[in-house]
Amino acid sequence: MSGRVLVGVKRVIDYAVKIRVKPDNSGVVTDGVKHSMNPFCEIAVEEAVKLKEKKLIKEVVAVSCGPQQSQETIRTALAMGADRGIHVEVTGKDYDTLGPLQVSKILAALAKKEEAQLVILGKQAIDDDCNQTGQMTAALLDWPQGTFASEVSLENDKVKVVREIDGGLETIKISTPAVLTADLRLNTPRYATLPNIMKAKKKKIANVKPADLGVDLTSRLEVLRVDEPPQRQAGMKVETVDDLVVKLKDAGKV
Amino acid sequence: MYIFSAGTFLSFAMVGIFQRSLRLRTSLRQLSFHGSTSSTDTLSSLVLRGRLFPISSPSVFFSTHRTLQAPNDGPKSLSDTPPPRRPFSRVTEEDLTFFRTLLPGRTITDPDLLESSNVDWLKSVRGSSEVLLRPQTTEEVSQILRYCNSHNLAVNPQGGNTGLVGGSVPVYDEIVLSTALMNNILHFNDVSGILTCQSGCILENLSLYLEERGHIMPLDLGAKGSCQIGGNVATNAGGLRLLRYGSLHGTVLGLEVVLADGRVLDCLSTLRKDNTGYDLKQLFIGSEGTLGVITAVSILCPQKPKSVNVVFLGCETFEQLLKTFQLSKRMLGEILSAYEFLDSECLNLLKTHLKLQNPVSDCPFYIVIETQGSDPNHDEEKLHNFLEEAMASSLVVDGTVATEEGKIKALWSMRERITEALTHDGFTYKYDISLPVERIYQLVTDMRRHLGDRAKSVVGYGHVGDGNLHLNITSPAKNAALLAAIEPFVYEWTAKFQGSISAEHGLGLKKRNYIHYKDLLQPEKHPRNNCSIQEKDRLKVSVCDGGFSLRADDLCVQVHQPARHRRRHGQALRRLDGDPLQVVVQRAVLVVVGDQPQLGAGVTRSHVRRHELWEESKRRRVS
Repeated sequence: MSGRVLVGVKRVIDYAVKIRVKPDNSGVVTDGVKHSMNPFCEIAVEEAVKLKEKKLIKEVVAVSCGPQQSQETIRTALAMGADRGIHVEVTGKDYDTLGPLQVSKILAALAKKEEAQLVILGKQAIDDDCNQTGQMTAALLDWPQGTFASEVSLENDKVKVVREIDGGLETIKISTPAVLTADLRLNTPRYATLPNIMKAKKKKIANVKPADLGVDLTSRLEVLRVDEPPQRQAGMKVETVDDLVVKLKDAGKV
Repeated sequence: MYIFSAGTFLSFAMVGIFQRSLRLRTSLRQLSFHGSTSSTDTLSSLVLRGRLFPISSPSVFFSTHRTLQAPNDGPKSLSDTPPPRRPFSRVTEEDLTFFRTLLPGRTITDPDLLESSNVDWLKSVRGSSEVLLRPQTTEEVSQILRYCNSHNLAVNPQGGNTGLVGGSVPVYDEIVLSTALMNNILHFNDVSGILTCQSGCILENLSLYLEERGHIMPLDLGAKGSCQIGGNVATNAGGLRLLRYGSLHGTVLGLEVVLADGRVLDCLSTLRKDNTGYDLKQLFIGSEGTLGVITAVSILCPQKPKSVNVVFLGCETFEQLLKTFQLSKRMLGEILSAYEFLDSECLNLLKTHLKLQNPVSDCPFYIVIETQGSDPNHDEEKLHNFLEEAMASSLVVDGTVATEEGKIKALWSMRERITEALTHDGFTYKYDISLPVERIYQLVTDMRRHLGDRAKSVVGYGHVGDGNLHLNITSPAKNAALLAAIEPFVYEWTAKFQGSISAEHGLGLKKRNYIHYKDLLQPEKHPRNNCSIQEKDRLKVSVCDGGFSLRADDLCVQVHQPARHRRRHGQALRRLDGDPLQVVVQRAVLVVVGDQPQLGAGVTRSHVRRHELWEESKRRRVS
């Protein structure tokens, strides 16, 4: 299959960082906090690069929507093996309200423009946990979708996807072009090795504005308030069962 | 050889000196090798006699003469034979009653609960203690030790029990004194970065506490989840950050130590600079619990770095590894904070037993470099320049960089979890050797050649930046023949290149007999090197009425303080009843080599004369 794969990568707060809510409860603190590529997006990039290594596809294009710093995320994708990058510049207020709907519109437009055979995304982002972008993109493009993929294989014009669902594993066969979203067990992302990091510096990242793609970024959602989850109360240790009963009675539970 | 220190005060009563020295001399005769407990209350010997330095074992007894004889056991390894049990008392019901009154609910005699305190982390040595005490305050420790001292009971101080040389568990039925419940953080000054805490605080907890306040601990080990700061100080732990922040000798600012007779030595200063008097705390750092039980520590903590990067590199040869080290020092400069290495066999073990994948392609050697700095952009630029240079000059074959915490942890685990992988591989023989940095890997290759097929794996890894190799050999089960093949060989090899047989792990039980290897092969080279093993071997701290003295058979440092010369500064020796005893600032040291007193800085003719009179009186007493 000669084709191009579009991989979406999102720049999110690093999963190991302790999140703090802004004092005005309007969001979380992002200034000065370590950001990195969404772990599911890493798995998506790895899968695309694997397909390229198997010679099943020709080119891997990494796409990210966001401010200037998103370019670092694209560079990481390039260091992992993507061929070129596209940075869709979204800044300021637009970036604050950027959500799955807007991103899927952008990705749909790009997929059509780049004539991609596959769009591989992570199943969800670890900052908003929406799990919507892949599905919306497929709907906008009217393409079949293979979501929560834990195994992907290309057979001629079809893609066989093993999906992780509540009941177990579901295997489906969908025709290309298609949208896939990567789940955790799809693969283990490789480390970007030094030679590749050096090569990535020379790869191209194209700059595109959403307006050029004819995408309207207005959001239909408004964030009212962001709160921290309630603090976990410390437990109490009691010596005997009688003590426990007394304590429960005091607390009004019994 | 004697070192006799005299004070600077002129009106020092000579009679006073003689009286005190008389008492000291008497006690020295009393404290023979078979260790009678000194019972004089003016002079109590603070010998925390556990199982270290078995003076009574004739094969390793070194007398005053210089020539060191090799242990007469020949090629058989000595680390397996425990020292004989000294004539300590056994624990009686009366003792238990006392402990239970002092520490209600914290005196443990249940054999199941004692199991974890009797066996070390490597599961290689086992003691048979019947009592575990868990004090919560310094006063309790002091009372326990006073009681044990007067009742001739042996005590084994224990921290996190993560030591690798069998030094943390009892040899026989010593009472285990655990600092686990002394885990309070006393104070943290975030301007100076000085943390004061009790000695039972777990290192990882201290790290987390400090990280919330923008600082980090100056040391970091693989065992951080269980090891306690008191134990770290007692063993002068090195760890992964030594390259950047230095050893505990530099970062510990103060200690509170309970001496063997229960007296509390309060050197818990939080001053960065203090040149008043002998720096007593340095003795306890690295003393492995033989001179006192550390109950509180004050330590200087560096700023938490805003930017941490870890690089994992692959090299073809060890020479390239060393050249990369030089390059990293040159190009990374002040942001370099760790430089570790591991060989391909280590990686195979990690793959086989812990299922960790190799981040880069397979190479003979791997390097883990960590940088820590205050500006991510500055650090990344330096790091990228360094990596480009390393790749361009083919010093490094492959590598990967991690800037995110998750990936950093993953790369560090390649180095930190080797110990764990080795425990899965079979019975491990561990050696922690300090060598000239060029020779580090030669020991591994020589050992491989020497052992041939007898060992399952021979791996080398460690803090190559500090010149410290961790040589590990595994076999399916404990094998005495293999041990005999390894042991004198590795120590002789080390001695040949003037290395140290224990760079950071300490001596404990397993290496106590090998301390002499430092001078073994070249005694003629250092005729004036009198401050060598014998002194360390038998250094004990004695506290006498007028001051304190460090005593060994050949080394005697006395500090005298007559009543009228009490000064405000200097360390305070607090008696149990609260009466402070000041130790005077020492400025003159009279060094006597053989019979000839040498004039040193500040030593005057009157000191020499005083010494001569003392010698005279000694002769008269003996005759």
